[in-house]
Amino acid sequence: MITEGAVLDALSGVRDPELDEPITDLKFVSDLRVGEGAVDVKLRLPTPFCAPNFAYLMAHDAREALLSVPGVREARVILEDHHTADEINAGMASGMGFGGTFNSFEETEGDSLDELRTIFRRKGFVSRQEKLCRALLADDYSPAELAGMRLGEVPRSETKEKYLGRREELGLGVSADAPFLVDPDGRKLPEDAVMQHLRFARVTRLSIEANAGFCRGVLAARYRDVPDVIEEEATL
Amino acid sequence: MYEKDGEKYFVIDGHVHYWSAGPNNRNKYGKMFIDCFYGYHSSLSPEEYLWDEEKFAEYSEETMMHDLFEIGYVDKAIFQPTYLLDFFPDGFNTTAQDAVLAEKYPDKFILNSSFEPRLGETGLANFEEKHKKYGFKGVKLYTAEWHEDSKGWKLNDYWSKRYLEKCQELGVKNIHVHKGPTIRPLNKDAFNVDDVDHVASEFTDLNFIVEHVGLPRLEDFCWIAVQEPNVYGGLAVAMPFIYSRPRYFAQIIGELLYWLDEDRILFSSDYAIWQPKWLVEMFVDFQIPEDLQGEYGTLTPDIKRKILGLNAARLYDIEVPSEVPQEEPVMAGSEAEYPERPL
Repeated sequence: MITEGAVLDALSGVRDPELDEPITDLKFVSDLRVGEGAVDVKLRLPTPFCAPNFAYLMAHDAREALLSVPGVREARVILEDHHTADEINAGMASGMGFGGTFNSFEETEGDSLDELRTIFRRKGFVSRQEKLCRALLADDYSPAELAGMRLGEVPRSETKEKYLGRREELGLGVSADAPFLVDPDGRKLPEDAVMQHLRFARVTRLSIEANAGFCRGVLAARYRDVPDVIEEEATL
Repeated sequence: MYEKDGEKYFVIDGHVHYWSAGPNNRNKYGKMFIDCFYGYHSSLSPEEYLWDEEKFAEYSEETMMHDLFEIGYVDKAIFQPTYLLDFFPDGFNTTAQDAVLAEKYPDKFILNSSFEPRLGETGLANFEEKHKKYGFKGVKLYTAEWHEDSKGWKLNDYWSKRYLEKCQELGVKNIHVHKGPTIRPLNKDAFNVDDVDHVASEFTDLNFIVEHVGLPRLEDFCWIAVQEPNVYGGLAVAMPFIYSRPRYFAQIIGELLYWLDEDRILFSSDYAIWQPKWLVEMFVDFQIPEDLQGEYGTLTPDIKRKILGLNAARLYDIEVPSEVPQEEPVMAGSEAEYPERPL
């Protein structure tokens, strides 16, 4: 028996790559139907012109997530109200992959969105790391201490959990004795570079979070939902 | 001109449109496009400034003149054309459409044009003709626009550089660049601003104004602007955050002041998506929240004056009335002081 809870749980692992937040939190999941061995999910986005590459990635990842739920043999993901909805929906139904889905479009180069995904995973990593570092600095850790810390020495928190998740996706170590403060390539940051690194990282986080706020507002206006209260706003 | 608390502000709106997106001039993509703009408008405007969809798709000359110059405090407005001929058969907002108003009100509008590098040699000659006719000092470029089989281009493409050389020759010194969502799928990031970096260092006597300050790639934009003194940021789209997300707005402005300086940020409403009246009023009243002042400092009337008009006046050689105080440019910041790029 497939439960709605299990399905939602799986979908909450799917993120908008650009906004670095789960599609469930962003209210991109507009409908969910669970049947005998099958799940139907509808996705919606803030505008008809949201970038098709990211739209494809979310639809693709949602389908994969649904198929990972025990008991699900069939998963149908439909993207609504988007200028490439027909292409993406056909691509999802037949498992054609990105290149196949958009093979009629000249500017698509090759099948892989891996490079794009990596760019945004790196940004997400830097942003989560900055958030965690700010919290530690506010708790009176010094920049030098941050540079010397190992992961096991960083107190537990939700922010830390998210940071560890982003590290793992980039293939960086998450063991307790791994160095805490590394760049997206895993190189340890020297003590005197910590504050400068965070100065830039903050702009990355601001960019992602401001964009997410913008997208939430536009989505709410489009579907006449009540806008969310954005909690992150005060944390930067 | 706007006056508040004894301070005078000369206002140049760096980015306005007079578009035509009604049912008779759009295909299904055109409809989606204007719907998308309407989403921006309705999600970030104060309620009393909301239009209905019909008015938003097609507004009159009277409406525009009223909103900008009668109640909106704007002294000069810069037309930034957006052609989108594949969506709007007569064009969304072309130089020719804008020229009707610019010719009627020559002391109010600055007319910018555009070029299409994918038209090659023929286009180059046409561009020169157009310049002879309109005599513009700036162009607005939309690198994600469709043209035949192509769904986008880069500023450092061969033909684009040929056009930029032509701009140099003609004295078209202000290159406004819109970075936005690609209309069709690319497995690349269509917001990427790296091509600005290439041309800004190659064409040092041209000014590159990145619209929307690169949002949602603010960090990439800041990184480029630190290194290239001829890169500017246009505040279209960032401005309305002042109302609904004031802390984000404070941080965006704070970061821009840190990475660029107060001389390279330009006010714009992106009319008719948003209206200058409330943006100008709120900006003049705005201050960085106290808990962020330690890092970002405060916004003084002199800084606001530069952003609202003096910076654009410098780029477009516009005479500023003598009653408006003019601080010298600070031209702060040099590459060496800034951190290494972590990404």
